Amino acid sequence: MPAVPPDDSRVPGPGEGTEGSGSDLARFAEDSLTPGMAVGQSQLYLTAVMTDGKSRSRRLSLGAWLAIGWLGVIVALAVLAQLGLLPLKDPNQSFTSCARLGPFAKEGSASGHLLGCDSNGRDMMSRLIFGAWSSILVSTGAVALGFVVGGVLGMLAGYFGGKVDTVLTSVFNVFLSIPGVILALALVAFLQGAADNTGGQHGIDPKFILVLALGIVSIPLLGRITRASALTWSQREFVTAARAQGAKPLRIMLREVLPNVLPAMLSIALLGIAVAMVAEGTLSILGVGVKPPTPSWGNIIGSERSSLADSPHMIFEPALCIFFTVLSLNFLGDVVRARLDVRESSV
Amino acid sequence: MDAARLIGRRFLQLALVLLLVSFFTFSLVRILPGDPMSTIIPFGTSAQRSALKHDLGLDKPFLQQYVNYVGVPGLQSKGTSGILQGDLGRKYSTRQPVTTFLKQSLPISIQLVLYAQILALVIAIPLGVLAAYRAGSRSDRAINTTSFAFLAIPNFVLALLLAYFVGARLKWFPTAGYEPGWLDPLFDPTRHFTFDHFRYMTLPVITLAVGQVAIYMRLLRSDMIATLQENFITMAKAKGISNRRILFRHALRPSSLTLLTVAGLNIGTLIGGAVVVEVIFGVPGMGEKIYQAIVAREYVELQSYVLVIAALFVTVNFIVDFLYIVLDPRIRRAGSSA
Repeated sequence: MPAVPPDDSRVPGPGEGTEGSGSDLARFAEDSLTPGMAVGQSQLYLTAVMTDGKSRSRRLSLGAWLAIGWLGVIVALAVLAQLGLLPLKDPNQSFTSCARLGPFAKEGSASGHLLGCDSNGRDMMSRLIFGAWSSILVSTGAVALGFVVGGVLGMLAGYFGGKVDTVLTSVFNVFLSIPGVILALALVAFLQGAADNTGGQHGIDPKFILVLALGIVSIPLLGRITRASALTWSQREFVTAARAQGAKPLRIMLREVLPNVLPAMLSIALLGIAVAMVAEGTLSILGVGVKPPTPSWGNIIGSERSSLADSPHMIFEPALCIFFTVLSLNFLGDVVRARLDVRESSV
Repeated sequence: MDAARLIGRRFLQLALVLLLVSFFTFSLVRILPGDPMSTIIPFGTSAQRSALKHDLGLDKPFLQQYVNYVGVPGLQSKGTSGILQGDLGRKYSTRQPVTTFLKQSLPISIQLVLYAQILALVIAIPLGVLAAYRAGSRSDRAINTTSFAFLAIPNFVLALLLAYFVGARLKWFPTAGYEPGWLDPLFDPTRHFTFDHFRYMTLPVITLAVGQVAIYMRLLRSDMIATLQENFITMAKAKGISNRRILFRHALRPSSLTLLTVAGLNIGTLIGGAVVVEVIFGVPGMGEKIYQAIVAREYVELQSYVLVIAALFVTVNFIVDFLYIVLDPRIRRAGSSA
């Protein structure tokens, strides 16, 4: 057998070495041996753990630059389009002559529409760029909600332990025992129903309902990760030292524990944005995503799905956008995690 | 703590989680603002509405409604039946019991998820072993990079890609519809198995399996690399046992424990993914039913489906815990070290 190189795809956790055997993953597996644990969490966690931790050098790899570049361009285009600074066609204006024509249509009537038109003759390029805004807004908003609420709850559970931990962990587990997509679907359906029943005339922005539903789904994911990390860091000497000096719990949590927990949360949050973006697409296909005619990458696919065989460009253009964005976010989450290891090994 | 007590404790946790989930799904429907009667009979008179409300038991106090919903013997109102009696409620519109729809759709989704899980493991295990055996080599890196890219393809994108290229262009497999398989007759004796079942399931199953392959393979690779550095592997090599036997008989079992756990946890991801895959390929499983319930605003139906899925998922994880104890002699003997 060939010599096996040292395995660098494992993540040394903050408590590595103190607990003797096992990688972070093994501990995660033991931790997860409670009924109803982790749904998307396994997905999130695995993406985080299993990706190659080879890029430990200070210099960013070409892939990382490409990922940053793609995300930067997408965000810049989306923001500029919202501000009306781009020479784009109105995303809701129909050009009947080019309906369903792809970018390579021979007839020539699609000229002026670089990426073709959708089934209503609306400019695809314009819809994709305006759609990026909805997709980014919903996924980032949802993860921000999960980040703040899950972070606070996880920190409380991890720092105080005992009854607080038991109660919060059970709440997380109940939410995690419903598969993420199903929970999001149910929440959107119920919240939408609630919004309609309370008088939809002044109407809550449907995007807000999506952010709320996907945010609620991501709370237990980020909560559990924060809890696990806060738990190990809270047992370190410098925390005991701070406590011995009479620091209040709030101060210890913010000044001593949080800075150490934050990198892990950030790396998971980047992956979380990717997961939320896919979830928005999934919900759109099921008809409860961002409401047309406002475009989002997901709902372009959702509403053009029936024309797949005739005009595949209407599906595959937004699909490619989602793919590159998710790939970039996964990659960057990985880079952040690798950086985190560097910091830990140098402590 | 011995294994029996460990299993007992997990069982209690299982029951508790199920109770809390049922309370959560129950509350979701009840705390909806507005009158559900106006959803059921939008043009009914107020007398009709209050009569209906009484019939449905919605005029009772909140907790009594929950007790009726679960069907606690002795505490429930007379003449009602709940989950424990196998009653999951009725559709608002047609008053058909939800269980009849469940009987048709549940076996379909179970088969879909099962096939996807098996296919994913069958592909991932040899790939993971190969990647670990040749760790750092070109084939290892190729497998790794490919799986990283596959992780970024959303289910629905892959479904549409397959539907377009393999279905619409090559016409190898049907892209919509369903034929009963081996599990359907057990739930509904009027349906009969046909071999076409597998043709209809091919594209949905591949769609669901691909994302899992990447996860399982990377997981097994990382555990396997650690196992291959153990002393007993060196010992086996010194004894002159063939590489294949070492890899698959000696190293695979101790390396497969996390894989097993994660495969169990991933049932949830698979069920979630199955919803959109079923809708895209027109497979009439649970996901399709959930979709229709949302469109038709059948909240009681939706609530029951969510509860059934959560119950299934939690139970599968309970079984995985149990298998874990059986498979790992360290836990079996010493109890949980966690």
